[in-house]
Amino acid sequence: MADEVVEPAAPVDEALQAVAALPGVTNVVRELGALVAHTTPSALLSLCQELRDAHGFAQVMDICGVDWPERPLRFEMVYNLLSVTRNARLRLIVPVADGVAMPSVTGLWPSATWWEREVWDLFGIAFDGLADHRRIVSDYGFEGHPLRKDFPLTGYLEVRYDDERKAIVYEKVKLTQEFRNFDFLSPWEAMTTLPGDEKARG
Amino acid sequence: MDQILPSVSKTIEIDSHTINFGPQHPAAHGVLRLILEMDGEVVTRADPHIGLLHRGTEKLIEYKSYMQAVPYFDRLDYVSPLACEYAFALATEKLLGITAPERAQWIRVIFAELTRVLNHLLSLASFALDCGALTPGLWGYEEREKLLEFHEAASGARFHANYFRPGGVAKDLPAGMEAELTAWCGEFPKFIDKLETLLTGNRIWKQRVVDIGVISAKDALAWGFSGPNLRACGVAWDLRRAQPYDKYAEVEFDIPVGLRGDCYDRYLVRIAEMRESVKIVSQALTKIQPGPVKVQDPKFTPPKRAEMKHSMEALIHHFKLYTEGYHVPAGATYTVVEAPKGEFGVYLVADGTNRPYRCKIRSTGFSHLQTLDKLSRGHMLADVVAIIGSLDFVFGEIDR
Repeated sequence: MADEVVEPAAPVDEALQAVAALPGVTNVVRELGALVAHTTPSALLSLCQELRDAHGFAQVMDICGVDWPERPLRFEMVYNLLSVTRNARLRLIVPVADGVAMPSVTGLWPSATWWEREVWDLFGIAFDGLADHRRIVSDYGFEGHPLRKDFPLTGYLEVRYDDERKAIVYEKVKLTQEFRNFDFLSPWEAMTTLPGDEKARG
Repeated sequence: MDQILPSVSKTIEIDSHTINFGPQHPAAHGVLRLILEMDGEVVTRADPHIGLLHRGTEKLIEYKSYMQAVPYFDRLDYVSPLACEYAFALATEKLLGITAPERAQWIRVIFAELTRVLNHLLSLASFALDCGALTPGLWGYEEREKLLEFHEAASGARFHANYFRPGGVAKDLPAGMEAELTAWCGEFPKFIDKLETLLTGNRIWKQRVVDIGVISAKDALAWGFSGPNLRACGVAWDLRRAQPYDKYAEVEFDIPVGLRGDCYDRYLVRIAEMRESVKIVSQALTKIQPGPVKVQDPKFTPPKRAEMKHSMEALIHHFKLYTEGYHVPAGATYTVVEAPKGEFGVYLVADGTNRPYRCKIRSTGFSHLQTLDKLSRGHMLADVVAIIGSLDFVFGEIDR
């Protein structure tokens, strides 16, 4: 990526240093121009309070999860904060293991309620202190967490109206054709070293 | 003759009862199921149930190449489809490290603003309709039709345009369209004036919307408000000005703000924004120059048909782009645009392959709808309809 080229005479990034000095921040980077801070679930609440009260981040615009099944801490919680007074954005990333509850930030930003409900619904990450812990976008009585990578795209159940029984019925998904997930990744582009060249390059 | 009747006082106890508003109520703007706890005619609690239009867009996008993901964005906020595409196109461009050519950027600005007008026309028309005013709805739809013709001329589709692409726009404007747009810029403000004569000073309209659904600036920020709904509370925050993208830094426009944060201010802000959009479009039309409309790199832009007939390389590029698509370097970005309804964001995580690893869509209405409970408590049932209309919801976007 072009943005990762380190320039020797880069000016001091004051915003980055200010965030890095906050307690609980494990790592801060600039990614494609955006400030990204990493933290831990235990430090999240105090850090968010500090950011909201002392740094003007009055808004949390988006909270979402990302599933990385092969990592030891399976999920990433992502908080996108916005300060309209300082015209600044900050992304907080919190890695969290499967089955571990996150502290809820609804006490700081009431708008977090629905975003956290959505994360619970789609990823199955529970929130400590979230008053309303219902599912939000999936069907009533839905089971499973659809945005996990191990949840199939087609799902497990399909719903239709049965005219004979005069009722809505749920049935197992029947596919007339196997779901085709093409692997378009070309072996040529991924192969940077041609067979036999390993020795020449040492 | 005068007989004084004994005064009888009767205590009538009204049980609080629950009603189901929607999901097929015409004033619910789509498929909103709203459970209202009522004390007589007064709302004591509103519990919106969403997800009736959930189509799993985010999951589907994880199984599509970047170019195939664009049409899904039309189907999110189907009242302002191009604004949604805009966010995804910008996010992908950011990850790829490419910039759209000048002309493409101007075209995107023009169409983003036309989309804003389209959106506000429908939003205000249906808002007025919900409150019982039929005429603005009829007039608004007529004006929308003119704009949809521009959509159709440029992209081939009236609604689901699929026009903005990572790296530019799908095709150049058709011949003569710039002149037609200039003519429209002259005509349209007269229509806004006409629309305002129906509503702005209308006594009945004001009785329905003034001081209804009031929210303070502080609360609006805490509840994640953005766009016209936030500006109606007096916060002059506009992403086109504060964090400009494409050519928005080169156009002049004002940011209308409200004072009280009620339904009437939200209406006024939208009316004023339409005038500003017309200003932006006419400035863009004077500044736009001929040139390419897609990034000039065969790795991202499909070749011309004629070129494919004689160039082997072009044929290979075409084949590769429409099967495998381009690879996006690993990284993540949260890219936002000022959509007509507010901040529309895409949190895009790429893992270096040809498909997005995760594509979170930050829909605007999601956080606005959340406040419905707060805004409608203590109001009458009919006011809930006005509040829903003034906050401008589209469920394609909220449910995703």
